Amino acid sequence: MLETASLRNRAAVVGVATTRYGSFPDTDEYGLAAKAFRGALEDSGLNRDNIDGLVVCRIPSYARMGEVLGLDPRWSLTLPPHGRMSGIGLIEAVLAIATGQATTVALLYANIGRSRRVNYGGDEMPSVWDPWGFTSPGMAHALMFRRHMELYGTTTRQLAEVSVAIRHHACLNPDAVMKKPITIEEHENSRPIALPLRLLDYCLINDGAVCLILTSRERAADCRKRPILVSGFGARDAFVQSSFPNFDFDFWHGALREAGEAAYAMAGVERSDVDTLMAYDNFSPTVLFSLEGLGFCGRGESGAFVEGGTLGLGGALPTNTDGGHLSNSYMQGWALNVEAVRQLRGECGARQVRDCEVVQYVQATPCTRSIIYTRA
Amino acid sequence: MSESYTKPLPVRDELNRPFWDRARAGRLALQACRHCDHVHFPPSPVCPRCLSDDQTWRDASGGGTLESWVDVHRAYWPGFVAELPYRVCLVRLDEGVLLVSNLVGDSTHASLGARLRVVFEHATAEIDLPKFRLA
Repeated sequence: MLETASLRNRAAVVGVATTRYGSFPDTDEYGLAAKAFRGALEDSGLNRDNIDGLVVCRIPSYARMGEVLGLDPRWSLTLPPHGRMSGIGLIEAVLAIATGQATTVALLYANIGRSRRVNYGGDEMPSVWDPWGFTSPGMAHALMFRRHMELYGTTTRQLAEVSVAIRHHACLNPDAVMKKPITIEEHENSRPIALPLRLLDYCLINDGAVCLILTSRERAADCRKRPILVSGFGARDAFVQSSFPNFDFDFWHGALREAGEAAYAMAGVERSDVDTLMAYDNFSPTVLFSLEGLGFCGRGESGAFVEGGTLGLGGALPTNTDGGHLSNSYMQGWALNVEAVRQLRGECGARQVRDCEVVQYVQATPCTRSIIYTRA
Repeated sequence: MSESYTKPLPVRDELNRPFWDRARAGRLALQACRHCDHVHFPPSPVCPRCLSDDQTWRDASGGGTLESWVDVHRAYWPGFVAELPYRVCLVRLDEGVLLVSNLVGDSTHASLGARLRVVFEHATAEIDLPKFRLA
């Protein structure tokens, strides 16, 4: 049997690309993904014929995608459009490479939610709770954050620290959608959506696409840029209360702890080695839950932990340095993994974390995953 | 009344029909396993604890505690516009089961762990919705 520890540093990210973000009604998932694919190939120095593995996410047809890109892969995987698939796809790609199913995998994600006016609630996503008006992931996160407030005394001003720090990062990212700084007061006075959550606690909805290319560590040495190693990963799903979509009674605390510890152990790093954290921020509370679950602070202490700019550049734990889902782009975790790579390569310009050697990605979701990246 | 009811209605099927039939009679019912006595909601084709097919329905006490709530300021269906903001709650029934519902009546003093009591609101000729009030 393949030992998990033997997978440490077996695969590397060698190419990344993100498209422009915005509203692009004149193209579709295939057009956006193809742009990202070309960009990632260019970034890697590989050519199309080197790609023999394909992962597609939120793209209607894997077959059409292959047709558009002229690819007959040896191994492929299709992931549903849910915002928790990036961690799954990346881990599966490493496994495919480690077991010889593919030598070089392109992972493609595209989203056209803005131009097609996706609402993320109501009749788009029917559930058993519709008669009571409980719908949309935002409401589920509001339900969790209200519990957190009641249990631990966490305040919305503390929650604002998450949105403010991440917006500041977006202001340093030329690609980001939102580039106007915000204050805690502006957060507190933004439009109420599902109180205790307000507009500035919600992620963006925008079009765009992302591509990452992974290959074995050995092959990576021949690529254009410094390879970024997938050093560790961990996973735990939480399905037994799936009738409450995007909700976890325990803030995914146990799942986060387990996924994080598995990732640290596999990578051979400590939590304190993490230079910057990429935390899935579909809603601002998710970042707080991630910090507690991974153990960056104690249970119920995330509100106090984030006060005073902890998550900002120069703070104790710079988080979502690209601006995250809240202010950069709603690429459902995929762009955060690209940001991890760019930070480790030192490509981040004004938002670069100094001496960045270890980056952790985490998605606190019903499919909790964490990935540790390091430099070769 | 049914002509004027514009909010989403439950999708009834073979599994959940007993829930809605009993709700019309003012009873809050939960699926229960005859094999291991596990009580659960929403209903499931097999018992999620022991995987037995042998399931029945049992009336709940109607009491529970408040686990969380949200004040909704955006309408995802036109039928909710007139009620904005409305209050959604997460209830832990005394039987241990979690339900999402609405908190109705005066809930100014809502707090975690507050005692709740089910009430039924008439929606259409066929549907009565269980909602909760502070007890």
